[in-house]
Amino acid sequence: MYSDKVMDHFSSPRNVGEIENADGVGEVGNAHCGDIMKIYLKIEDEVITDVKFKTFGCGAAIATSSIATEMIKGKTVEEALKITNKAVVESLDGLPPQKIHCSVLAEEAVKAAIEDYQKKKAQ
Amino acid sequence: MSKRIYLDHAATTYTNKEVLNEMLPYFTEYFGNPSSVHQFGREVKKSIDVARDRVAKAIGALPEEIYFTAGGSEADNLAIKGVAYANKSKGNHIITTKIEHPAVLETCEQLEKEGFEVTFLDVDQYGVVSPEAVRNAIKDNTILISVMYANNEIGTIQPISEIAQIANEKKIYFHTDAVQAIGSIRINVKEQNIDMLSMASHKFYGPKGVGALYVRKGVKLISIIHGGSQERKRRAGTENVPGIIGIGKAIELAYQKFDENNARITMLRDKLIKGIMEKVPYTRLNGHPENRLPNNTNFCFEYIEGESLLLNLDMKGIAGSSGSACSSGSLEPSHVLLAIGLPHEIAHGSLRLSLGEVNTEEDIEYVLQVLPEIVDRLRQMSPLYEKVKGGK
Repeated sequence: MYSDKVMDHFSSPRNVGEIENADGVGEVGNAHCGDIMKIYLKIEDEVITDVKFKTFGCGAAIATSSIATEMIKGKTVEEALKITNKAVVESLDGLPPQKIHCSVLAEEAVKAAIEDYQKKKAQ
Repeated sequence: MSKRIYLDHAATTYTNKEVLNEMLPYFTEYFGNPSSVHQFGREVKKSIDVARDRVAKAIGALPEEIYFTAGGSEADNLAIKGVAYANKSKGNHIITTKIEHPAVLETCEQLEKEGFEVTFLDVDQYGVVSPEAVRNAIKDNTILISVMYANNEIGTIQPISEIAQIANEKKIYFHTDAVQAIGSIRINVKEQNIDMLSMASHKFYGPKGVGALYVRKGVKLISIIHGGSQERKRRAGTENVPGIIGIGKAIELAYQKFDENNARITMLRDKLIKGIMEKVPYTRLNGHPENRLPNNTNFCFEYIEGESLLLNLDMKGIAGSSGSACSSGSLEPSHVLLAIGLPHEIAHGSLRLSLGEVNTEEDIEYVLQVLPEIVDRLRQMSPLYEKVKGGK
């Protein structure tokens, strides 16, 4: 039911963990629905130099978090904000229809982390 | 990775070789239509009678009270719709429980749409239906009570004799979905006052696509599949002859090997439960601690989600199942786990491992070695676990 790419990211997820004193942290989803994604960003000169994630959820939730972190690492904040759930699905070679919401969650998690960064910066 | 451990026997079993061997000639050599007058038909008709005898004997019924179906779901549909439609003039109220298999739940929901009234009874924290609750739910217009013998997810065995006794006193038909119970529990429909009982062959080492409904003589029930006089006009359609031969042999073997098999499987089950509860913190056993199917274990591992656990186990060669929403394709976790009072976030992290004849102590030891590592790894990735650890 999952593509090889999904299984690869699920079985060896990239960038798992936390960043201490992260510049931006975003958490989306809720335990009631069975999905929570938390993304930590390290940002220097508007470039995402490091990113880590923690996810509670199904195989697709873990795989979408993992690939989303890869997609934004090394990118500028502006570039990262352009990430879409569609791009996440494409880079995983597709997701089963009932799992598309996981890719939406990944997009939202990235955006929430960047928003948090921007809010902190404005203070 | 060559290790393959099957711990999903509640989903389905393989067909026993002895059963298969008895079925095979009925595809090629004895292929006649049992309704035919000629010898090709007659010899097959006789074999069906043997199978019917075997099924009847296994549950203490009469052969003429056994109706072969295409499986457990059809048997449930026939029992519930068949009685509901046939007894409409007497009343339109049905009592069942919140933890039934979808074959019962959704059949009852369909009847609700057609104007019947259905009471879905609650269960306690172990998944037990109280006979008193059944008694209290009975009304003047109640025509049917349907309570499963043992739950397919959490394995809890229901007080069927007591509930059937109440139904009997009140002269209300009593049906039980015994799909998970056959081969794991000794049943006598006469002594236990059971009016109807559903079973499915592929849960006790028989083939898929065949089941049976026991209907006590005298129960008013109409056919739901029309088009022929097979099964004494209660189930039209040319018989699935090899399947019927298969269910007959499978149920006979299941009760011949009953004591030996169930003692061994119970021992393995208890070893698995004990090991997991000892080795994995923040874990709960779902279902009744003692009064459960010999082959059933069901756990919730807090802070992780069931599908990711299943996929990881599968990568290690272990096949289980989960009541997690993500594995079923719906957004709601198992209705059974919610009915026993688990919050959504915990119900999402469930795992059912159901044992069978092929499992060994070695299999259990392997699971006990692999599972705690997987759970720990997923927890290390879980933002929920982080909060727990942080709070300690």
